[in-house]
Amino acid sequence: MAVIFINDREFQTEEEVTLLELARQKGIEIPALCHHQALSPYGACRLCTVEVCKEDKSRLVTSCTYPVREEGISVYTDSPRVKQLRRVIVKLLLARCPQVKLIQDLAEEMGLEGSPFPLHDQEECILCGLCVRVCSEVIGKNAVSFSYRGAGRKVSTPFNEPSEECVGCTACAFVCPTGAIKVEDSDETRYMEFWNTKIPLRRCKECGITYTPENTPEYILGKLELPKNLLDLCEKCRRKAVAESLSNYDVTSRSVIIKK
Amino acid sequence: MRKIINPADLESFRQSCIKDMSREETWVAVCCGTGCSASGAHQVVSSFKEALQEKNIDGKITTRVTGCHGFCEQGPLVVVHPGNYLYCQVTPDDVEEIIEKTIIQKKAVERLQYTDPVSKEKVVVEDQVPFYYNQHRLLMRNSGIIDPTSIKDYLAISGYRALSMVLQEKSPLEVIEEIKASGLRGRGGAGFPTGLKWESCYNAPDNTRYVICNADEGDPGCFQDRSILEGNPHSVLEGMIIGAYAVSAEKGYIYVRNEYPLAVKNFSTALEQAREYGLLGENILGSGFSFDVKINRGGGAFVCGESSALIASIEGKAGEPRDKYIHATEKGLWDKPTVLNNVKTWASVPYIINNGADWYAQIGTEKSKGTMVFSLTGNVNNTGLVEVPMGITLRKLVFDIGGGIPEGKNIKAVQTGGPSGGCIPEKLLDLPLDYEKLTEAGSMMGSGGMIVMDESTCMVDVARYFLSFTQEESCGKCTPCREGGKQMLAILNNIMEGKGQENDLDMLEEIAQAMKEGSLCALGGMAPNPVLTTLKYFHQEYLDHIRDEKCPAKVCRNLIKYFINQEVCTGCGRCLKACPVDAVEGTKDEPHIIHQEKCTKCGACLEVCRYEAISVE
Ligand SMILES: Cc1cc2nc3c(=O)[nH]c(=O)nc-3n(C[C@H](O)[C@H](O)[C@H](O)COP(=O)(O)O)c2cc1C
Ligand code: FES
Repeated sequence: MAVIFINDREFQTEEEVTLLELARQKGIEIPALCHHQALSPYGACRLCTVEVCKEDKSRLVTSCTYPVREEGISVYTDSPRVKQLRRVIVKLLLARCPQVKLIQDLAEEMGLEGSPFPLHDQEECILCGLCVRVCSEVIGKNAVSFSYRGAGRKVSTPFNEPSEECVGCTACAFVCPTGAIKVEDSDETRYMEFWNTKIPLRRCKECGITYTPENTPEYILGKLELPKNLLDLCEKCRRKAVAESLSNYDVTSRSVIIKK
Repeated sequence: MRKIINPADLESFRQSCIKDMSREETWVAVCCGTGCSASGAHQVVSSFKEALQEKNIDGKITTRVTGCHGFCEQGPLVVVHPGNYLYCQVTPDDVEEIIEKTIIQKKAVERLQYTDPVSKEKVVVEDQVPFYYNQHRLLMRNSGIIDPTSIKDYLAISGYRALSMVLQEKSPLEVIEEIKASGLRGRGGAGFPTGLKWESCYNAPDNTRYVICNADEGDPGCFQDRSILEGNPHSVLEGMIIGAYAVSAEKGYIYVRNEYPLAVKNFSTALEQAREYGLLGENILGSGFSFDVKINRGGGAFVCGESSALIASIEGKAGEPRDKYIHATEKGLWDKPTVLNNVKTWASVPYIINNGADWYAQIGTEKSKGTMVFSLTGNVNNTGLVEVPMGITLRKLVFDIGGGIPEGKNIKAVQTGGPSGGCIPEKLLDLPLDYEKLTEAGSMMGSGGMIVMDESTCMVDVARYFLSFTQEESCGKCTPCREGGKQMLAILNNIMEGKGQENDLDMLEEIAQAMKEGSLCALGGMAPNPVLTTLKYFHQEYLDHIRDEKCPAKVCRNLIKYFINQEVCTGCGRCLKACPVDAVEGTKDEPHIIHQEKCTKCGACLEVCRYEAISVE
């Protein structure tokens, strides 16, 4: 156990929890874009930066990756230094993605009107990497990853070719904070333009309507250790069976429907 | 081949190596380092071998292929021993004469000697060349003497004595204390005290530990790590084995960039030899301590030199940095306590052990001990690798060792610390080179890059050049570095195109500050340095670009114009022919003119004009 201070309030905490986790437990807001409690910390957006002071030294750290270890540190989640850094980060993201609601909202909260910087893009992706991580860490696939480096960095399937790995589960779209990953189900296929990938949908043997991507059920069943006869059940009974077996899982977040 | 089983055995074997080496009374060292090889050193070696064979004296006289001597500007370099006769820019055609005069008659070949540009005198021996005698060559010295592929050569010059001594006489903690007392700091950039790093690894509770040698060396123009690995690989290996003993690591890695095939080859040879002789592997010198090293070839990304990215890369993951709030000494490679040090750091270790911490701590300044190897490039007469005591002034380095600025131009600035270092202006040339002073000036020691810039350099252009490098090499993971660098680059481009506005400078400062404070790794954290230092020391030059739309150094194409002086032009037509876009017009023997709207400012006309009739404004 360690005693630390956040915004001058004293807290007792386990060691090794991150500052962001601790702050959230205690109801202290810290903005964060690339963090998800079901995924490993990544430290890319830098929006969750806070100021950590010990004696007369102070430094900026990202709260999502900073583990509490030192007794007696004072953390400031909204100091002028922190605020200034966040402002610039939001201005930078706003220049990249002026149409993204999430970023617009952040900018508005800070009283920013547009980004003053010279380059303006129309990206929808902020490169938080949540899709990449959910795909590999939770789904156990590596259908998408980062490609190129520097300013040209992107998330994509390998060579931007239609993915053979993808099971069409759409966990990526679910965690995407900007809505960049759109899923369109038509009669025959599930199409994700962002990944240049189409997945055929399976038809109900009874009524013939398409209801789920072709390979997803078997794959997910394998991952979840759901009852083997699941696919023999009707929708209603299936839901019940899934709910029963999922209740065995420690589902801490709405998004965690599958556990490794 | 025999295994050396204990320290006494090593010493007796060493004696035979020394005998072997001193048996060769006369020998020729041909530098085959990076620079000299590029200018034809290997042909010189073959010529020597053939000519000596023809004369039937090849049994008595050895031609030794050595690593870099540092004086690359004058390569290929040949040094004839004894006598230390230094010959510069040697070609295969010169070989006959060197053998005839120097080897047989013991006389110098004057025309191949180095001429001191100041005194205009010929310099006979290597040590008297100002380039060398102002240096303090510790890590680099033996590269010019030994054959890097011969462990016997290394043993003859006291190689592995430090290791043997450590294994016999010192406990791991005593080794750590010795390194701490020496004041050695990491030579890879940040200058972290090496002894402390080892100590925290030693103290980390785990049974498996690793040591890693960082030989990624991505700074453009830097090749000191490469030269040491190519020229004296055993010194690095010996340092690593000693370090491994100090922290109880059984396994080590060296991460070398793939573009360094000779470094990889020579280091592999060193590993094989050390294993064969029992200096690496199981039960080293009978001490019970076992350690081995594996070579890992890096893909060559600059960012992979960053410690956490390098470790990820060895683990087979994407070479991207991650936050290091938990140090590698506690959770490094495969989450095990790990010591990562630079090539030069490792190579310094045997010297410290052999000569003692006190001896080492005498070299340098209060907080920066020992020597540093810089690669001196740019607008300077003697480019090459120079090793100097910490604390030497930039002026001394550039003028006494570097021989000053070519073509009689004035110096304007020196960029230290590679692309993410800073530009130090002429007025600060008396700055002593140590970690703190460089950081105070807004630059850094980095890996020892040093680029000299003369008065014809545009500092905005320089800032943009370095930033575009770091921007391209950024992994793109974190927002400040990826997006910030991109915007800064765009602002600099605008300024250079005459589209700059005064608040651009505030914007540059603002983004730079965010990158420094908010980036995930030091690539983003340091990338703004060239911009910040040029803004600080050459502020007026930025304002000239913005307010007057003028580039004082006449570099920025959009801000300059070429004119033909009507009084001087003879109408010879050379410029008219040279212009690739037909912007020059005129009839023969009449003064010509340049159509500004067509001119692309390539400068071709200026280059061909024989009458100095073309001016740039
Ligand atoms: C972008 C970047 C590139 C780096 N490249 C190198 C390199 O090529 N070689 C090196 O030794 N250190 C490099 N470093 C520094 C390493 O992260 C690390 O500090 C160093 O290898 C530690 O060794 P030392 O203590 O002996 O200096 C780099 C750092 C950054 C941020
Ligand atoms: S949430 Fe911490 S860096 Fe993105």
